[in-house]
Amino acid sequence: MQTNMRNKLHQTGFLHRVENILPKLVVIPTLAVAAIFIYGFIGWTTWISFTDSRLLPKYELVGLKQYFTLFDNFNLFTLETRWSVAVFNLLIFSVLFIAICIIIGLLLAIFLDQRIRGEGFFRTIYLYPMALSFIVTGAAWRWILNPDLGLERLIQQLGFSDFTFRWLVESNMAIYTIVIAAVWQSTGFVLALFLAGLRGIDDSIIKAAKVDGASLPRIYWRIIIPSLRPVFLSAVIILLHLSIKSFDLVMVLTRGGPGYSTDMPATFMYAFAFNRNRLAFGAASAVIMFLAVMAIIIPYLYSELRDTRNAR
Amino acid sequence: MRGKQPAMVGERSTGAIIGRIIVYSILIVAALYFLIPFFVMAMTSFKSMNDIRTGNLISLPREFTLDAWAKAWGSACTGINCEGVKGYFWNSVQMVVPAVIISTLIGAINGYVFSKWRFKGSETLFSLLLLGCFIPFQIILLPMSLTLGKLRIAQSVYGLIFVHVVYGIPFTSLFFRNFYVTIPDEIIKAAKVDGAGFFRIFWKIILPVSLPIFVVAIIWQTTQIWNDFLFGVAFSGSDSQPITVALNNLVNTSTGVKEYNVDMAAAIIAGLPTLLVYIVAGKYFLRGLTAGAVKG
Repeated sequence: MQTNMRNKLHQTGFLHRVENILPKLVVIPTLAVAAIFIYGFIGWTTWISFTDSRLLPKYELVGLKQYFTLFDNFNLFTLETRWSVAVFNLLIFSVLFIAICIIIGLLLAIFLDQRIRGEGFFRTIYLYPMALSFIVTGAAWRWILNPDLGLERLIQQLGFSDFTFRWLVESNMAIYTIVIAAVWQSTGFVLALFLAGLRGIDDSIIKAAKVDGASLPRIYWRIIIPSLRPVFLSAVIILLHLSIKSFDLVMVLTRGGPGYSTDMPATFMYAFAFNRNRLAFGAASAVIMFLAVMAIIIPYLYSELRDTRNAR
Repeated sequence: MRGKQPAMVGERSTGAIIGRIIVYSILIVAALYFLIPFFVMAMTSFKSMNDIRTGNLISLPREFTLDAWAKAWGSACTGINCEGVKGYFWNSVQMVVPAVIISTLIGAINGYVFSKWRFKGSETLFSLLLLGCFIPFQIILLPMSLTLGKLRIAQSVYGLIFVHVVYGIPFTSLFFRNFYVTIPDEIIKAAKVDGAGFFRIFWKIILPVSLPIFVVAIIWQTTQIWNDFLFGVAFSGSDSQPITVALNNLVNTSTGVKEYNVDMAAAIIAGLPTLLVYIVAGKYFLRGLTAGAVKG
């Protein structure tokens, strides 16, 4: 009887222990995968960037050689090297892309928040480009911006026979075609963010301001838009993150050309690592991209996590 | 979400009516801006090349034809192959279905642990996993292509499934975890007192209420993987390319006469599956989109 009892106790203790480690056992595969394929691979790429690998990876370290080559003659004004062109394009692209998406997205969100009949209908239209692949978007805009039969032809047929629009093949303008397509694709997303933000604003503040005789534009400018600050921050971070990663649109619209005039860090990395057999050099550019993204994301995530913890 | 009174209610003065007209005009113009590119794609795909050369972007087809669609599907040249995009479309399907199922199931169980069975350090481990949502994938391209070669799944659909599962798990884990933290812990505790274990609680209590988040995760993963280009172009072989890579090859082919109608038909074919998902389940699509962006 007594041993029986002890056995039973022992058994539940054992089961209890299994129950305790079960959750850990279940997530171990994921954590192992993350350790290898996220952190391990980041380390691996970093290692390659410190070597002299060309066609095949070699693992003898040569120090910062690739980084020195990357930033040799780096100048955002003279743009003598391909890497400076890529970084310069990224700056131009992200500033315009973010600014235009936010301005149009915010305005449309404010207009949509005016008790609009058919709001759902409008929202569906504004957001559908987000469901498309950048390759599909790029294919469409490549045709629309076609220098002969596209927009140029349309405007000419409308009676402006001297109209020319050849940005897609002009090396100093082609980067703007990428902005046009990217804005078309991503504005709806920014709009959705702002709309959610607007819906979260306490109505009584607006009513009080109205009672005080403030006009509607003034209420928006002075009260509502400033209170959307966290949404602005989220939108900028997400769009900046998208910009640094932008690869698909460039490949389909211009392939980085004419020449390498629309190269961006992501296409630069791909070209050197996969097409030109300069693994270490490509890896170094990937590390720079990674560091840039982390410099933006880690402070953001940190503050987000801290805020949610405090809110609990 | 809809609890708030609209900001612009009030007396129907002339000014207010003019204001309404302006607001609606702007919204309609914006709608046209978003719709016209798709309209152009569709119209172009229904034209003959002759029609394209004599017409313009927004002119209607003088002679409605599906020839471009047939060619895009079955005989257009994408690089060296001239068999249309149909094979690549099925490659994408074969890649998306298993990758979505596996990454979603793993994400569900991970989310369950990270929300309801927290252990010492689990929050930190979760944050570390989350980093996978944000890394630019250029940082893992080279090691992954070397590893896929070692695993002998390079240039195959299996390799692509593997890659999409690995880098999808951080997202799906995040979705499920954020959903499961809203389930009260008391329910779990009560079930534990009644003697229910880890899997039983998951099966009997968690899964029955998980439908919405499964829809969000599945839609997110489906659109992400279907629309992916970077992994497709870096890790696929000529017979395992997904549709996005084939479309890019088609659009960028420089040999022969450029057939814009075929390009546009192929682009619509490549975009149709995710577009349908969006039209059918837009609400869930949006929720996935904003899940990582706005708190709550």
